[in-house]
Amino acid sequence: MRQSTTAQIANPTLILTINGSQISVAQGANVAVALLQAGIPARKSVSGEPRSLLCAMGVCMECCATVNGVKHVRTCQLMAQPGMEVVTE
Amino acid sequence: MAAAAAAARHDADVCLIDDNAKCGGQIWRGHDDRSTEHMGDTHFALLQKSVESSRVALRSRARVVAVPAPSSLRLETETASEDIRYRRLILATGARERFLPFPGWTLQGVMGAGGLQSMVKAGLPIDGKRVVLSGSGPLLLAVAANLAKGGARVLGIFEQARFAQIAKFGIQLLGHPGKLREGAAFRAATRSVPYRTGSWVVQAHGDHALQSVTVSVNGAVRKFQCDYLGCGFHLIPNLEFPRLLQCQIQSGYVCVNETQETSVKDVYCAGEPTGIGGLEKALSEGEIAGLVCADQSASRLIKRRNRYLRLARQLDLTFAPRPELNQLSAPNTFICRCEDVTRGALDSMHSWREAKLHTRCGMGPCQGRICGPAAEFLFGWSSEHPRPPVYPARLSTLAHPVDNTRIKA
Repeated sequence: MRQSTTAQIANPTLILTINGSQISVAQGANVAVALLQAGIPARKSVSGEPRSLLCAMGVCMECCATVNGVKHVRTCQLMAQPGMEVVTE
Repeated sequence: MAAAAAAARHDADVCLIDDNAKCGGQIWRGHDDRSTEHMGDTHFALLQKSVESSRVALRSRARVVAVPAPSSLRLETETASEDIRYRRLILATGARERFLPFPGWTLQGVMGAGGLQSMVKAGLPIDGKRVVLSGSGPLLLAVAANLAKGGARVLGIFEQARFAQIAKFGIQLLGHPGKLREGAAFRAATRSVPYRTGSWVVQAHGDHALQSVTVSVNGAVRKFQCDYLGCGFHLIPNLEFPRLLQCQIQSGYVCVNETQETSVKDVYCAGEPTGIGGLEKALSEGEIAGLVCADQSASRLIKRRNRYLRLARQLDLTFAPRPELNQLSAPNTFICRCEDVTRGALDSMHSWREAKLHTRCGMGPCQGRICGPAAEFLFGWSSEHPRPPVYPARLSTLAHPVDNTRIKA
């Protein structure tokens, strides 16, 4: 999972950018899925641990990243769009 | 959704405020994945049709962050904020999974059991992935069935409750043939997957991302290589908003009368916040609340609602976390993930307040939604009355003057 940056999926895909790398996800997937598939943590904890989503329902805030310049966006609640720019913290 | 539909059917002006992009809550989630749903294609479609009618003003991806004036709610979306006034308010805030910290629970690939299912519904490829499910509650079975259908290799379901408790619950389910059928169908879909009671995950291993888990199976230690661990210890209601409105809460749930009205006049509550009971209970309660708010009688629904309410109480008893789980976290295990507060730092504290002031536990962006219930289980601390904003909000949202113009039923 961690090695692949491009998912092999049969469904139509779209491409978004995470930290400058192009990542392909299924259409309709949310941004947190793209992060997980790419093996990229959404944020660094206050003591420096890489973190990824836990609850997947917008409560835990572990999946927050900067999306199109907007900070602290809960990526599990946001559908991926072509060309979206995601920057992890 | 059921409340909005029922009220709109009787000509009430309804505004539906939903945190999610699509209606239907955590279970239906806009009905993305029709193949895995067990109840009511038609039911959802009917509700969706009502909600999409002109009588319902829909606010998606919007959260109530504060109560700026009586009978008024302040909403925030990604880009804007607004105030909405109401005559009657129905709270349907749902539930979240209870997380009990164990070493390794902050690794990538460890998530809620329901959380993992949500991610799969949101497009996460699961075909061929190795999955371990651990925790408590019927949700584990439902998730296993859905993931297995999606091609996942579910290596085991580890339920902390004792076999005797599960058996007793099974007997009580005889009074709920629908639920029993549902459970049997889930089990049939996961026939080859071991279901072990009295078992729980002890540790997750990996270098940043999950590689394997250690599980205690009836006292014997076993290790599984896996890609994902779905782990949730039953569900707990989202009470922040009812608490903000000062609704009376007892034994962890919002108190309501026969018509779903809370201790606060004109504020109603439906679904998981009144008792973790699942879809059918939430639909009954929502419909009752919606009808009553539209000045209609809901007496024909009371009996059915009460039956589901009794089941909710049984669920709580059956799947309550056992005391041994208190020992899962090590002194260096983070309890509060937002502020990285360890078990060791909390052991010398005497209350939630003291822990917050001295360690910042529960002071991060989730506002104690994850560590609060864990601390309640580990130390017996009850959380305090929440202060607005109940979610992290933009300063501009909070600074906005109160808008009294928009009246919604």
